[in-house]
Amino acid sequence: MLPNVQPMTPLTLTASTLVTATGRGLGPVLQALRERRSGLKPCDFEDVTLKTYIGRIEGLEDFSLGNELERFDCRNNRLAWLGLQQDGFMVAVAEAKQRYGAHRVAVVMGTSTSGILETEHAYQARDLAGSLPAWYTSRYRYTHNMFSLGHFVRACLGLRGPAMVVSTACSSSAKVFATADRLLRAGLCDAAIVGGVDSLCLTTLYGFSALQLLSASPCRPCDEDRDGLSLGEAAGFALLEPSTYVSRRGAVALLGYGESTDGYHMSHPHPEGAGAIRAIRDALDRAGLQPSDIDYVNLHGTATRVNDAVEDKAVSSIFGRTTPCSSTKGWTGHTLGAAGITEALISVLCLKHGFLPGTLNCERIDPTLRSWILRANDVRPVRRILSNIFGFGGNNCSLILGTLQ
Amino acid sequence: MKVGIQGIGLLAAGLEGWCASRAVLAGTEPFGPVAVPDPEAALLPSNERRRSSDCVRWALHVAQEAIAQSGLDPREVSTVFASSGGETGVLDTLCRTLAMPERVVSPTLFHQSVHNTASGYWGIATTCQQSSTALSCYDDSFAAGLLESITFVCVEQRPVLLVAYDLAVPAPLSEARPITTGFAAALLLAPPSDSSLATMQLRLDEAHQDEPTGLVDPALEQVRQNNPAARSLPLLSAIAAGRSQSIRLSLLDSQQLVLDLDPCRN
Repeated sequence: MLPNVQPMTPLTLTASTLVTATGRGLGPVLQALRERRSGLKPCDFEDVTLKTYIGRIEGLEDFSLGNELERFDCRNNRLAWLGLQQDGFMVAVAEAKQRYGAHRVAVVMGTSTSGILETEHAYQARDLAGSLPAWYTSRYRYTHNMFSLGHFVRACLGLRGPAMVVSTACSSSAKVFATADRLLRAGLCDAAIVGGVDSLCLTTLYGFSALQLLSASPCRPCDEDRDGLSLGEAAGFALLEPSTYVSRRGAVALLGYGESTDGYHMSHPHPEGAGAIRAIRDALDRAGLQPSDIDYVNLHGTATRVNDAVEDKAVSSIFGRTTPCSSTKGWTGHTLGAAGITEALISVLCLKHGFLPGTLNCERIDPTLRSWILRANDVRPVRRILSNIFGFGGNNCSLILGTLQ
Repeated sequence: MKVGIQGIGLLAAGLEGWCASRAVLAGTEPFGPVAVPDPEAALLPSNERRRSSDCVRWALHVAQEAIAQSGLDPREVSTVFASSGGETGVLDTLCRTLAMPERVVSPTLFHQSVHNTASGYWGIATTCQQSSTALSCYDDSFAAGLLESITFVCVEQRPVLLVAYDLAVPAPLSEARPITTGFAAALLLAPPSDSSLATMQLRLDEAHQDEPTGLVDPALEQVRQNNPAARSLPLLSAIAAGRSQSIRLSLLDSQQLVLDLDPCRN
């Protein structure tokens, strides 16, 4: 029998920033959570006529990346750029760069569709011979290729350490924490920028529509009448440093993570949530914690019939009905490859401000769910949070974030 | 950081399987690329195989070859899939569909468009529930995959199966990314043991002290330069020749991965 996971040294989130449809920066995102104000609106993305709600970030159409960043210009990188400008993040990274050197700071990003919208536009603009326009072909590397986001963030921040993009569908920007931990523990860097960006595109809108997983109304996680998800877009980043370098009482840190796969189906979760259970257990073991040590579970909670039911099986089998759980996708929509960082940073807000978001749009809790589903916001001290992200290909990741004691 | 190589899988024109390709890679037989037949990927259940993309079949085919050599149970092995562009064939079909007025996307095609499609199918075929990552680093995706795999082996002290693959990009997407020939390679990496085919020590170096390692045979060198997954060729060639060698792989513009390879003569 191979060994189980070993406890890890916590990684401090020295700085972080988040942009979702509810606001630009952590302050506005927190305010929307407290005021229970959703970012979901009827779909008005490009010429899409699907009857669905989306969490679109306003203003991405109104500017472009210029000067030395011009070649990177696409919706996904504009959103990344917008994220990097918030919450004093660039300054915090500059300080880390000063402390460790540009070669010693890694960049690990997550995205599911990168800048595919550029390719969609380029295919619409093919000439009579079927060739793609020149404005696109010379910029594919910097826009649509899966590494584009990592390249862009590294260029913006002037970093020269190891970099890669993790793309495992919805779990992408949760798994970046695990990859960064390995790079740090192996001594290949002293700090890491982790994060994720996913932006609206035709592929995901029409793809999820084809799978009949889009709700015609704002998504209703854990509601007995839930009928699908709402897509959103987001950018989030965090600066990770080992807590042995920057230990501060009350600072928020990554305490554990667990990665697993279902080994079952491309787009249906394992019926008993076997992969999810494994991810949660590994996260607890790495953090050296018991289920009773967790004060709140931020659910993946996409509001599809199947996800919420299977996730509930997994969560209730570990936490019973004693740990409050909720989904925050009613605010942001499902931001796919950015969901991991989005919900990790929402968890950071909960830890810092001592509050729990009740599941927005959940009118009547599905009576078949066995977990303790929070409907209303709650104010209470929170020390440790588990955040779940499960994705296509049966790819799962659970993170545990907490305040250093 | 030192790891053992416990198994190798390989598929490319003129390089059909690790065992069949050793003499060519070692330079004792000439390299003669011929078209590769559709890979068997025998591990896939036939209904999944019918629906699977070329990328999935190529990736699973080499993964299966490497794991068979290692004698390990695939359910005990974590995986890392490294590809520059992933499912470019699926993305081409999707973007063609989305350029038509009706935009009728096939649900199967959509779930096959993710970068972790091969990872997902490997899980379905093996029922493995260990962690699995899919990543990209453009032309340096193999180096990034090695970095992720070797750090995993060293930190977790568990085996990892690294699968690197990029297939020929279909027109018109090939105008943006001219990869003209498919290449897939798999390495089963684990803490060094008596059964290792070779061991390698990894370190990171500043870039441009020396050029990245190339290949002597000009035709093989052309393959290496054309396909990001074929950046694995200098390593595979040194293992095949049983050479002790330091192999340099570029990792972006600023760093190099240096692999000190030590063949195990057992």
